[in-house]
Formats: sequence, C-alpha cells, structure tokens
Amino acid sequence: MAKGKTVQHLIDKEWCKGCGICIHFCPKNVLEFDKNDKAEAIRPEDCIACKLCELRCPDLAIQIIEDGEGENEKQ
Amino acid sequence: MTEKPFNFKNYIRPRFFPHIWCPGCGHGIVLGSLLRAVHELGLNKNEIVITSGIGCSSRISGYVDFHSLHTIHGRALSFATGVKLSKPGLKAIVPMGDGDALAIGGNHFIHAARRNIDITAIVMNNRIYGMTGGQFSPLSGTGKKATTAPYSTIDRPFDVVELARSAGATFVARSTVFHANECKDLIKKGISHKGFSVIEILTQCPTYYGRKNKEGDAIQMMESYKTDTVKIGSKKLEKNPDLIQRGIFVENTDVPEYCEAYDEIIQAAMKGKA
Ligand SMILES: Cc1ncc(C[n+]2csc(CCOP(=O)(O)OP(=O)(O)O)c2C)c(N)n1
Ligand code: SF4
Ligand code: SF4
Ligand code: SF4
Ligand SMILES: [Mg+2]
Repeated sequence: MAKGKTVQHLIDKEWCKGCGICIHFCPKNVLEFDKNDKAEAIRPEDCIACKLCELRCPDLAIQIIEDGEGENEKQ
Repeated sequence: MTEKPFNFKNYIRPRFFPHIWCPGCGHGIVLGSLLRAVHELGLNKNEIVITSGIGCSSRISGYVDFHSLHTIHGRALSFATGVKLSKPGLKAIVPMGDGDALAIGGNHFIHAARRNIDITAIVMNNRIYGMTGGQFSPLSGTGKKATTAPYSTIDRPFDVVELARSAGATFVARSTVFHANECKDLIKKGISHKGFSVIEILTQCPTYYGRKNKEGDAIQMMESYKTDTVKIGSKKLEKNPDLIQRGIFVENTDVPEYCEAYDEIIQAAMKGKA
C-alpha cells in the first residue's frame, strides 16, 4: 500500500506568516519551514490528506488538493 | 448540502489578504471554521449578514464576502437585532471578542439571549483586549496578567456558557481553535438553530495574553487547548474537575423566537384596526 495519497499542497507564501502551527500539528511530519520561514511540503508523499494543516492555518495560506477532486467535480 | 469541494476563496474578499492578525492568532482559525460551516450548510452568500463591533475578532466582517456591517464596540448584537427584525429571512451571524461581548457589550448580550432572537453569536474568547494592547477583560481570570494588571488581576471571570444559559440563550456551545472541525460543526448547528445561539470559541492571542502570562507561542497555547479541555461529561473530569468542557450545553427548541413572536403581534394589531 502506498504510504500516502497523491496530494498537492498549495501554500501561499505571501499569506503565510510562519507561525508553524501546520508544521507542529501535522501527524505525518510532511511540512517544514523553507529558508524564509514559510511553510513548505518537503515530504508530500507521506501526506494522508487529513487536512488538519488547512483547517488550523490561521492565515488561510494552505490548501490541500487531493488528486481526483477536480474530476469528481466534472461528473 | 454542497458536493463541491470547499475553497475558501469563494467566501472571502481576497483584496484584504494577507489579513491584519498577528502570526499565530487564533482568530484566523475561527474565520476558517465559519467559512467551512457556511459552505457545508450550502448557504447562499446573499442570505448571510455578518455584524461585528470593534476588536481584532470583529475584523472578520471585513474579510468575508457576505453582507457585512462593521459597527460599534459592544453593540454588534443591537445592530444585528435591527437587521434581523427588518429582514428575518437573513442568517445573522455576529463574531465578537470577549471584551466586545461581555465587557462593554454585556448588557446587549444578556438581552439578546433573553429575547431569543435568531442570531448566532460567536464569542472569540482570547481572554484579553487584543486590539487595544492587552488590557484584561472579564474573561481573563483571577491571577492573570495584562497591561492593566501588571501584578495580576483580582477579578473573577465570567463563565460564558453559564451566563448565556441563565440569560436564556436557547443554543449554547463551546470549543477551541485546536478543535477546528468541532468549531465548524458547532457553528453549523448554531446557524441552523432558530433562536439565540452562543458558541464560545477559545482562541489564542499569543501577542498579548500569551506573552503576558508566559503561556508560550501560538503552538503551545493550542497544545493547552488540547490538554486542558474535554468533551462534556468526560470521565477525566472525575480526576480533574478543572478541565474545561466542550460541546453543546443547551439546545432548546421550545422557546418562541423573537421575530416570529413580533410578527404575531403585528398580525394581531392589524386585525384590531380592521
Ligand atoms: C465605545 C468604545 N470603547 C472602547 C473602544 C476601544 N476598544 C476597541 S477594541 C476594544 C477591546 C477589544 O477586545 P475584545 O473585544 O476582546 O477583542 P479582541 O481584540 O481581543 O479580539 C476596546 C476597548 C472602542 N473602540 N469603542
Ligand atoms: S493534510 Fe494532514 S498529513 Fe497532509 S500535510 Fe496537512 S496535516 Fe500533514
Ligand atoms: S499554519 Fe499557515 S501561516 Fe502558519 S506556518 Fe503554516 S501555512 Fe504558514
Ligand atoms: S493582538 Fe492578539 S487578538 Fe489581536 S491580532 Fe494580535 S494575536 Fe490576534
Ligand atoms: Mg479579546
């Protein structure tokens, strides 16, 4: 079984204020700070798409897009 | 119910982002939960009116793409009452600070609850006056520090749930921004409930409350929402009765809603004249 799901982490680096909430509470340790102290998905293959990061980001700076979501919309 | 995946961009005014709140401020998490609640209820943006007072929390009204009124500190419920009585079809939602709701606005709060007018009040309780620089509020709690209480406050705090309950609110719930999904579900229930709904959400102000009280950064404050709260009636309360309970405390559908009761009076008066 694959470790995680195929997901895209859309992170708006202009909106992210580097609070670290998403990084700290990610159950799979997917996220880390980049060199500018903004969130980045460095292990996206481990992501289980629980969306806890998206739910708890105070800046609406992170969106989790699961592969297939777009297709479902078309049906 | 909407089938489309949630995209917050459909519900905000992006020109005002990035928003003004400090890094790690819990108010943004409340905003996210509110937008998801609206999405999952499948509400039309034109059906919603957000009325707020003044405070960091109150700035929500500027960020959402609904009808919105950014009014006077403490008086958001009075404005919402006016809007709701003239347009009872609208869903009236009032995001409020703890100071806004229970210091300067305490009187409006208890009377909105007593009347059971169909408004959803979201009390964003960070236990401090964030916007004006960290003065203590009626929710700070005894022994807490604030810019106006450098040696700690001697004031006892209100319990928002008990106050709302005894003032007559017919839906009363509590959660925290750590439990963002639970917040969303409670906001959905509050909006759907016909009558005065109060949802208290514990939310961190790392800049003032956190710093003054050495409660750490936003992450540590959120960790404490996880460790210091439990679901209503949890077994953990036996060992530690000081844990803060989360969930729905009051859900009462037997009390007449204010706008409907007023409408009946109008009907009666019209007959009297004829
Ligand atoms: C009539 C009036 N009195 C006082 C103020 C100053 N004032 C603005 S916001 C605020 C308190 C904010 O605290 P709270 O309501 O808890 O919101 P927060 O900023 O913590 O989210 C005060 C006292 C005001 N704007 N208007
Ligand atoms: S969706 Fe869940 S697992 Fe994936 S990055 Fe976000 S918090 Fe981590
Ligand atoms: S929670 Fe949001 S603002 Fe904070 S670091 Fe993560 S993406 Fe940035
Ligand atoms: S002062 Fe406090 S409440 Fe206001 S934006 Fe900053 S962290 Fe949030
Ligand atoms: Mg406050």
